[in-house]
Amino acid sequence: MLRTLPARAGDSRRLLTQWDLLAILVVLGALAFLGEASRGLMAPLAKIEATELSLSPAFLPEYAARTTLRMLAGLALSLLFTFTYATWAAKSPRAGRLLVPILDILQSVPILGFLSATIVFFLSLAPGKVLGAEFAAVFVIFTSQAWNMAFSFYQSLRTVPAELTEAARSFRLSAWSRFWRLEVPFAMPGLVWNMMMSMSGGWFFVTLSEAISVGHTKIMLPGMGAYIALAIDQKNLPAIGYAILTMFIVIMIYDQLLFRPLVSWSDRFRFDLEPGVRPPTSWALTMMRRSTLLRSTGRFISRSWRALLRPVTAALPVRAPVYREATPEQERRADIVSYVLIVLLGVFGAYEAVRFMSQGFDVKELLITLKLGVLTMLRVFILIALASLVWVPVGVWVGLRPRAAAIVQPVAQFLAAFPANLLFPIAVIAIVRFNLNPNIWLSPLMILGTQWYILFNVIAGASTMPAELRYAARNLGLTGWLWWSRFALPAVLPFYVTGALTASGGAWNAAIVAEIANWGTTELRAEGLGAYIADASTAGDFHRIVLGIAVMSLFVVVINHVFWRPIYRYAERKYRLS
Amino acid sequence: MNAVTPLLEVRDVVKAFPKGDGASLLVLDKVNLTVREGEIVGLLGRSGSGKSSLLRLIAGLSRPTSGEVSYLGQPVEGPAAGVAMVFQSFALFPWLTVFENVALGLEAQKLPAEEIRRRSLAAIDLIGLDGFESAYPRELSGGMRQRVGFARALVVHPNILLMDEAFSALDVLTAETLRTDFLDLWGAGQMPIKGVILVTHNIEEAVQMCDRILVFSTNPGRVVTEIPVTIPQPRDRLDAAFRELVEKIYVEMTSKRVQTASELAARGQVEKPAVANLDVILSNHVSTNLISGLLEAVAAAPYGGRADMPVIANDLMMEIDELFPVVEALQLLRFAELEGGDLTLTADGMTFANAEVDERKRIFAKHLMSYVPLAAHVRRVLDERASHVAPRSRFLDELEDHMTHEAAEQTLRTIVSWGRYGEVFAYDDQHMSFSLENPT
Repeated sequence: MLRTLPARAGDSRRLLTQWDLLAILVVLGALAFLGEASRGLMAPLAKIEATELSLSPAFLPEYAARTTLRMLAGLALSLLFTFTYATWAAKSPRAGRLLVPILDILQSVPILGFLSATIVFFLSLAPGKVLGAEFAAVFVIFTSQAWNMAFSFYQSLRTVPAELTEAARSFRLSAWSRFWRLEVPFAMPGLVWNMMMSMSGGWFFVTLSEAISVGHTKIMLPGMGAYIALAIDQKNLPAIGYAILTMFIVIMIYDQLLFRPLVSWSDRFRFDLEPGVRPPTSWALTMMRRSTLLRSTGRFISRSWRALLRPVTAALPVRAPVYREATPEQERRADIVSYVLIVLLGVFGAYEAVRFMSQGFDVKELLITLKLGVLTMLRVFILIALASLVWVPVGVWVGLRPRAAAIVQPVAQFLAAFPANLLFPIAVIAIVRFNLNPNIWLSPLMILGTQWYILFNVIAGASTMPAELRYAARNLGLTGWLWWSRFALPAVLPFYVTGALTASGGAWNAAIVAEIANWGTTELRAEGLGAYIADASTAGDFHRIVLGIAVMSLFVVVINHVFWRPIYRYAERKYRLS
Repeated sequence: MNAVTPLLEVRDVVKAFPKGDGASLLVLDKVNLTVREGEIVGLLGRSGSGKSSLLRLIAGLSRPTSGEVSYLGQPVEGPAAGVAMVFQSFALFPWLTVFENVALGLEAQKLPAEEIRRRSLAAIDLIGLDGFESAYPRELSGGMRQRVGFARALVVHPNILLMDEAFSALDVLTAETLRTDFLDLWGAGQMPIKGVILVTHNIEEAVQMCDRILVFSTNPGRVVTEIPVTIPQPRDRLDAAFRELVEKIYVEMTSKRVQTASELAARGQVEKPAVANLDVILSNHVSTNLISGLLEAVAAAPYGGRADMPVIANDLMMEIDELFPVVEALQLLRFAELEGGDLTLTADGMTFANAEVDERKRIFAKHLMSYVPLAAHVRRVLDERASHVAPRSRFLDELEDHMTHEAAEQTLRTIVSWGRYGEVFAYDDQHMSFSLENPT
C-alpha cells in the first residue's frame, strides 16, 4: 500500500521537457490572471457578515461536523475532477501531452497559495455573504486532493491490462460500461489509497482555510479552524485543549469509519489474482458486511446508483461502437487543431505573465523572494535529514517485526492525518516562555505533520523485505553498519524516497503557516518564503502573493525534477526488490 | 444461413504498425484464411509470427492496414456479435464473481435479467463450474479460471470461438484435461459454436485439436503452408500417424528457419552493414546458460551430437517457442546445423560441449567475433576510441534505425550478456556504457 510517485508516461530522462515549460507558463499565467482579476474585486469586501463564534466546548460538535462537511464536499469535487480530467488525459494522448505536465505543476503549487490567489474571486461570487468563503474553503480542500487523485487515476487508466480491455470490447461493452465496469474498478485500490492519503493531508488545510484574513477583512467560518484561531487570539489555553481533543476524536472516527473500511473494501478490486497478501482489516467494514440492516441499506444505495445510471446506459446503442483507426488525414487535422489550441494557451500564459511583470516588476523584490526561498529550502532539507535520522531506523526496526508494525503503522497514518497546526500554539507558548530563537525553533513545526510519511513508508518497505534475504544476511553474519549499509538501507530506499518526497512537499506547504505564528498579540516570525507569502496575504498585496507563490512553486518543481526524481529513478532501478 | 457463405473469410490481409521514425513494421503480409462450418482451424507459429494480431483482426479489435475480413459475408468493422474470444491470461474481471463474469457479455446486450440468469447458469453448468458461481477468480485454480473464460465466451452463443493460446498458461495436466473436455463437448455438438480458430505455438496441441493447421512464418507473418489433419477424433498422441504429422510440421517449421539462418549467416560475412541482419535471432534473448545447456544435451548420450527436434523438445520439455530461439542461436554461432528436423553439432560445438570453463569462453569469444557482426562492431568501436568507452545509446540509436525500441533493447541485452560471457567487452549498467575494462 504505497502512494506511488507520479512516474509519467513515457518518462524521458530529460529534466524538463518543452511540455513542462508550457505547463509552467499556463499555470502561472492562470494564477496571475486570477490575482489580477481579484484586484478589481477588492472594494465591496469590507461589509462581510460577521459570524458569531463561541469558545464554549458545547459548540465543538457542531463545528467539527461543519469542518467534516467541507472536507466531504471537497472530496466530491475532487472525484468529479478526477473522473473527467484524468480520463481525458489518459484517453487522448494529444491532450495528455499537456494535461499531465499541468497536473504536475499544479501539484507543486503551495496549496495555501491557491487560497491566497483565489479567495477574493470566490468572495466576489456571493458578495457580502459567507457563502463565498465557504466556496474558497472547499476549493482549498479540492486543491489539496484533486491533483494526487487525478494522477493515480491517470496512471491506472494507462495500465489497464490490454487483454481485459480486449475482453470488454470483444463482449461489446460500450465505452460507458467499460469505464464503470472495467476502468474505475481497476483504478479503485490506487484511487482510494490516494484519496484517503490526500484527505488525511486535507484536515490541515481545511482548518487553515476557515480563518482567513484578506486585507483588513477577517473571515471566520464556523468550524474547528476558526475555533482555534479565536482561541489563539484570546489566548485561551483550555479552549485549545478542547479543540485538540475534539480533533483527535474526529480523526479517530474518520480513520475508523472511512479510511480503513474504504481501503479494506477497495482490496477486492486488487488486480493481481494471487491470494496471499492479507488485505487490511477493518472492524467497521466487517460490521457493515455482516449487519443485515446496513447491508440492505448498501444494496439500496447501489440499486439507486444503477437506477440513476440506467437512463444513460439505456440511451446508448446496443451495438458496440465500430472500431476505427483514424486516417492520416484525420490525424493531421487533429494535430493542427491541438497545436493551435496549445499555441493559444501558451500565448495566454505568456501574455498574463508579461502583463503581471510589467506592472511594477521589481528585480529587487524577485531577488528577495529567491533569497527567502533558499532559506526555506535549507530548513526543509535540514528537517527532512533530521526526521530521516530518527524515523528510518525506527521504521526498519518496526517493519521487520510484524506485530509491532501492526500497531505502529495505523498510529503513524493517524498522526499524518492529525492537523499539526492545532499543536502550533503549544510550541509558540514554549518558544515565548523560554525565549528561544524563532528562526530555528519555528522550523520543526513545518515537519510536525508530514514526518509521519517517512515513518510509515519505511515501515511498509521494511515489511516487504523478503524473509529469505533477511536469513541470507544473517547467515552471512552481517551485523552493525555493514547490515545497515549493504542490506537494510538499500532495501528500503525506494520506499524512503517516496516518503521523504511527500514529507518535503508537505513541509513547503506548511511553511506558509509555520514561519509566522501568533499567540494573542505576540507574533513570532522566521525569515522565509512562507512568511513572505503569509505577510502578502494578510496585506492583500496580490502582486507579492503571486510572486511568492510562483517562486515557491519554482523551487518545488526544480527540487522535484533535479533532486527527488533522479534519486527515485536510481533507487527504483538499483534497489527495487522484485 | 447460406451454405455457400463461409463462416469467416480473410482476404489478402496486411497489418503494419507505425514505428517511431515514420516507417512501419510489417506484422502480417497478405494472409488468406477461410473457416467453414464445423471446422477447428489452427494458426501455428512462433511469437512474432503475427498470429495473435490476425486473431485480433478477426475479433474486430483492430483493423487491417489493407485487405478484408468478413464474417458471414459482412465486413468486420468492430467486435461482431457472433464472435467470442478466450484469452491466454484468462482476462477475467477479478472484482466480479464467476457468475457475474459470465453474465457480463449478456448484460452488454441488455437482455432481460431472467434470460441472463438462465443462460449464464446453463453455460456455467455446461463447462463444469457448478458450485463455483459465487467464487471470485482469485479463489480459483488456473484451470478453473480458464473454464470461466470458456463459459463467458460460450454464453453469448457465438458462431465462432477464438482461442488465443488458451491453454498455454496452464500446467501440462490441466491443459490436457481442458482440451479433451472441450473436444468432447465439441464432438457431441453440445456447444452453440459453429467454428473454432485456435492460435497456438504448441505443435502437438494443434495436431490434437485441429482439422486444418496453418503454419506461420516469422517477421513478417505469412502462411507458409496449410496442413489438413485427417486422423479421427479422439486422437492418440502415441499413435504413429500422430507422431509422423508432428515430425512433419517440425521439419516444415525448421526448414524455413534454416533458410533464414543461412541467409543471415551469408549476410553476416559481409563487412559493411554491421547491425542490421540479426534482428530476429538476437531480439529473442537467449542466455549463454541455455546455449551451453542445449549443446551439452545434444552432445551427450543418447544423441551423441545429433538430435531429432521433436524428440529433444519432448526430452527437455521445451515448447517450440523456447527451443527454437536457442537452436537459432546455435546456428548463428555455428555451433550446430539444422536439416530435415535434425540438429547436428559442428566440430566446435562438440569441443565447446566437452570443454572446461576457460576453453568454452575462448571458443565462444572467437565465434561471437566471427559470426555476430554486431558484437564485432561494438568491439571495433571500443578499440577505435582512445578512451575505449562507448555509451549504450550510441548502439541503441543505430539499432533503432532498423527495429522497434523494444527489439533494440532486447538485442543489446543479448549482446551485453554474450559479450560479458566471452569477455569480449565489459558493460556498466549504472553508467550505461560499454568499455574494454573488466572490473577487478
